[in-house]
Amino acid sequence: MFEGTIFEFTRVNMIQVIMTVAIASFFIVAFRNPKVVPRGIQQLGELAVNFVETQIIDSIMGSSGRRYLPYLVTLFFFILAMNLAGVIPFLNLAGSSVVAVPMLMAVIAWVTFNTAGIRKHGFGNYMKANLFPTGVPKPVYVLLTPIEFLSTFILRPVTLTIRLVANMMAGHLMLVLFFSGATYLFLDAEWALKPFGLGAAAMGFFITGFEILIAVLQAYIFTLLTALYIAGAESEHH
Amino acid sequence: MELLAQVEGNVNAIGYGLSAIGPGVGLGIMIGKALEGMARQPEAAGILRINMFIGVALIEALALLGIVAGFLFT
Repeated sequence: MFEGTIFEFTRVNMIQVIMTVAIASFFIVAFRNPKVVPRGIQQLGELAVNFVETQIIDSIMGSSGRRYLPYLVTLFFFILAMNLAGVIPFLNLAGSSVVAVPMLMAVIAWVTFNTAGIRKHGFGNYMKANLFPTGVPKPVYVLLTPIEFLSTFILRPVTLTIRLVANMMAGHLMLVLFFSGATYLFLDAEWALKPFGLGAAAMGFFITGFEILIAVLQAYIFTLLTALYIAGAESEHH
Repeated sequence: MELLAQVEGNVNAIGYGLSAIGPGVGLGIMIGKALEGMARQPEAAGILRINMFIGVALIEALALLGIVAGFLFT
């Protein structure tokens, strides 16, 4: 659709739309009619929210981080849905394996943690705390300040982006490699090579399981690091 | 000039192999130490696990930079 324009609608876009609709409708159905004693799908939804609340917020940010619960839950489950599209049959391509999605998430995280720090400490104090760490002799700042600037304001969003997109892309490449190898060995190779196709197919199924683990782990790590950056920006001393 | 040795194909794969060495060693040391800590003090397992994942994410980024560089500089 709309080929050649900036509104070109590709397969990846279709997968992103499908997964976004799927995850949004899951939460809408789960919390459409909330009851005090949760049953059925609401129980699943509360389990999902509770996971982010206890595993990420309570252990990193403490109770003052509860304000960020909606943002972090959305972040976690959006990335999780995008990643899991890579192993769902007939979709078979992670929505986050194009650089635009992780980059957008990283930019939002960057804006969020900087806003949190500036709102808490004021612009001057926030910059001073980040760029001029206390407890080192004065001349060291010549070396230390550019490094701190680079690592805090540039490398953080860049590594968040690269970590997610490279993981998803590498996983997709591995799946393609093993399954196309198995197809070739079974159908086109010499008869003596055909048994090796079995090994390639088994490896492909193993990698599929591994990909599910990676999808959950990367969503967890992305959310964990975002929470860590927000907590670091808000903390009093560095 | 006479060529003594020549490599054909994509050399980027070698670069990724090299860039995976360091993070591999680092991950091994870090996860091993974290497991050791968890075995010695099971009550600290929660906080150790969280910090282990943060470290895993930071170290893993180096290996992933290697894979991205292979695709960028073809």
